[in-house]
Amino acid sequence: MSVITNDLIAQHNLTGDEYKHIIEILGREPNLTELGMFSVMWSEHCSYKSSRVHLKKLPTTGPRVVQGPGENAGAVDIGDGLCVVFKMESHNHPSFIEPYQGAATGVGGILRDVFTMGARPIALLDSLRFGGLDTAKNRHLMKGVVSGIAGYGNCMGVPTVGGEIVFNDIYSLNPLVNVFCLGIAHKDKIFRGTAAGVGNPVIYFGSKTGRDGIHGATMASDSFDDKSEQKRPTVQVGDPFQEKLLLEACLELMAGDLLVGIQDMGAAGLTSSSCEMASRAGNGIELDLTHVPRREPSMTPYELMLSESQERMLMVAKAGKEDECLAICRKWDLDVAVVGRVTGDGILRVKDHGTVVAEIPAKALADDGPRYERSYTLPPYQDILTNLNCDLIPDVKDANAVLLSLLESSTIASKRWVYHQYDHMVRTNTMVRPGSDAAVVRIKGTNKAVAMTVDCNSRYCMLHPYEGARLAVAEAARNLVCSGAEPIGLTDCLNFGNPERSDIMWQFVLTIEGMKDACEHLRVPIVSGNVSFYNETNGLSIYPTPMLGMVGLIEQADRTTTQWFKAEGDDIILLGTAREDLGGSEYLKVVQAREQGSPPFLNMNAEKALHDCVLAMIRAGMVQSAHDCSDGGLAVALAESAMSGPDRLLGAVVTLALGRLRKDAVLFGESQSRVVLSAKLVHRQAILDSARRVGVPVAVIGSVTGNRLVISLEGEQSAVKVIDVPVAMLYDRWAFSIERTLHQA
Amino acid sequence: MNIGVVVFPGSNCDHDCQYIFRDVLGQDVTMVWHKEASLTRLDAVILPGGFSYGDYLRTGAIARFSPVMGAVKKYAADGGLVLGICNGFQILLEAGLLPGAMLRNQSLHFICNDVHVRVENAATPFTSACKPSQVLKIPIAHADGNYYTDPVTLAGLQANAQIVLRYCTPDGKVTSGGNPNGSLDNIAGVCNAAGNVLGLMPHPERCAESVLGNDDGRLILASLVEGMKKAKPQTVGE
Repeated sequence: MSVITNDLIAQHNLTGDEYKHIIEILGREPNLTELGMFSVMWSEHCSYKSSRVHLKKLPTTGPRVVQGPGENAGAVDIGDGLCVVFKMESHNHPSFIEPYQGAATGVGGILRDVFTMGARPIALLDSLRFGGLDTAKNRHLMKGVVSGIAGYGNCMGVPTVGGEIVFNDIYSLNPLVNVFCLGIAHKDKIFRGTAAGVGNPVIYFGSKTGRDGIHGATMASDSFDDKSEQKRPTVQVGDPFQEKLLLEACLELMAGDLLVGIQDMGAAGLTSSSCEMASRAGNGIELDLTHVPRREPSMTPYELMLSESQERMLMVAKAGKEDECLAICRKWDLDVAVVGRVTGDGILRVKDHGTVVAEIPAKALADDGPRYERSYTLPPYQDILTNLNCDLIPDVKDANAVLLSLLESSTIASKRWVYHQYDHMVRTNTMVRPGSDAAVVRIKGTNKAVAMTVDCNSRYCMLHPYEGARLAVAEAARNLVCSGAEPIGLTDCLNFGNPERSDIMWQFVLTIEGMKDACEHLRVPIVSGNVSFYNETNGLSIYPTPMLGMVGLIEQADRTTTQWFKAEGDDIILLGTAREDLGGSEYLKVVQAREQGSPPFLNMNAEKALHDCVLAMIRAGMVQSAHDCSDGGLAVALAESAMSGPDRLLGAVVTLALGRLRKDAVLFGESQSRVVLSAKLVHRQAILDSARRVGVPVAVIGSVTGNRLVISLEGEQSAVKVIDVPVAMLYDRWAFSIERTLHQA
Repeated sequence: MNIGVVVFPGSNCDHDCQYIFRDVLGQDVTMVWHKEASLTRLDAVILPGGFSYGDYLRTGAIARFSPVMGAVKKYAADGGLVLGICNGFQILLEAGLLPGAMLRNQSLHFICNDVHVRVENAATPFTSACKPSQVLKIPIAHADGNYYTDPVTLAGLQANAQIVLRYCTPDGKVTSGGNPNGSLDNIAGVCNAAGNVLGLMPHPERCAESVLGNDDGRLILASLVEGMKKAKPQTVGE
């Protein structure tokens, strides 16, 4: 009689059909260890079974692409024989169950993905989503996640240079923790996860294997309910010190001519690293668990193969180089052991004390998992969401008060309380610190710098997934352009609800379409990514949140630009036009408590023209500051330019054309394709000329002056002053809002 | 001139120190592995920032047992210049090369930010390029920089001008408003009685290049380079 009962199959999150397929592959029933191995590798988290058919549509190639999706991270050429290696990953589920360790191990995992490729990590960014800070639980989650990121990243000595946080109650029971990492590698020294060369030794190094994190990948592929806290034992515990040793040992191993392939043990641990490396090379691997370093002697093969203990790597060394590899690992005080060898039969064969305990074709496990073309349909509630009659909403009366309340709303407020807990300067490359449109790090040994941003307005995505995805790509690129960088590559982290629901799948499919169209238009390839489904608790899904991490190249580091005003007397110039784009705005949410309407209009030709125009001006040295208009619209963008500089506050006097628009639309509407510049007067004419030449709307709207922010609206008759506030007051509301909220509680 | 940068497991500002002294200030730099028991032909020794051994117990508490620390002690006793930055300062305290101890920051948070420090003693080999009472803007990045010592030791530090740097406001006032971490007497850096060992929490190596927007830290590093030229090469160990 079989030991594999229907209950066991269900506990492993496998369907009846999936189990039948396993029997077909093996030609027999699996044993418990094999069942466990299939269950993690065929989990949504590892197999992308619901997303893969759609992900194939994304543009992944380009002249700079050195490594596209499918490896541990993507790589893009930046010249001088160097490339940037980057990826973003989610750690949502573990962070909800145990915020400190969930976030910490999220940082650890993405760092390993990058240094596994032979790149030294030089920057981290995080995209976080929490529910409102008015509940103790959400404050606890945020404090825990921030501490976890700080605890791990700071100890590793990799600066956390930027990120973004959005607060919305839809994330109360399912916060998002997405971590982006970028490293630098020599273009001809990229390492891949491949087990080539029959007979080559397979070497385990890093931490010992323990019982933590067993079935983490399966947990991450399931929805949550009230009992989710009981899953705490599936969350791994991070040890950044061990990871730091692992990083240095890896880079030392890679500097010699010792390795054939290498892969970190992330989700699904020893199982995934071994079968994926074997499958990529078309080979097999024979592992002997007897030699695997372990924390507890009595661990079973099932536990050893499924453990997600952190800070572990698997490498395939060149035959004869074992001793050199072992010596380097021992120098760094790491556990290390030869645990197997590459075979030619394509089988992942696992032995324990001489007995074969699992025998599975590596390719079947790694690549031949189920593929689903899940059904998707436009949900009936979508019309209600987009239907917004602005005539029923009174126009703004006290614009000063609205501006102040927007600036102190958690989403727009300064995140200084957060990023001052992150070491954002270690490695001495940080040119633009957290708090500008994009973070910028210089590349030592060159004149270049790299800009990075993480972005996604998930309310836009909820209101219209296709438009929301396009808007996210456009905003990310605009943020880079405002820092003087040309966008060169993208990584994504697609956070969605349960893909077995047709409305969620509809969101996903439209998101992919939107990303595809926008990336093709802006010629930005997607080189790596991650999908996180089942972000729902008790049946309530998060907003579709396709988080984007975009990377840009600045050829001349001294032409880097920041968002804040620089000098009294400079012109303030607006590129782009305001429309009546109130749908989905932060203003509607904060002031009117509505999350409704169509997201802002986006014309990709106008967007691209704007990017080219701003980049040319920055490169020509004509621009003092450049800031993208996004959450909170033009009034918030002007306020941010006035108060976000590191050294001093600078006022501004601005007059905006009202035209036929509502006042709130001009001040707080989120019309796209707009950038606020400041420039010395000598460049005014050249800026106006170069914008008009390429058809980008341009106007001098005021100047940097005094210590107040003054905004007037110009109607047909005369100009009316609608905003007049001391910049120091704006700063106080904006800078300390989050700190006050956390301390008041 | 040859500067040794000690690498403990978990050091993470070792490359930054190497870069600033070698590539920016044009000195020879030798990376010294923590298991080495002797220091030869070095004109100065840097203990860099980081999280030595993870600092899970108490900052610097394990690193002081590294074999290299015996050599650092001899090197310092023979008059060699030793600079401990951040974790390096914490290790010097634990090793007894400098008096006092570190507590958690008053906020109980890690703090990464620019702070201002006032040069209280410009006559050390680490501050000779600064003017007395000059205010420098230098970043800190630590969770345990709240310096503490007993009243008698503090009085001794004050009397002997061993308090080299104090946290202050941008205009140079030593007040609680200028103190980022609760440090006793606003102490940001102290030296030993002989003046050849300095520990400081701020990171001068992070602000010594104009491309990073601030080069105040260069005054400290350039002082050290000048100071090395005056001292003769050291050979210590075995």
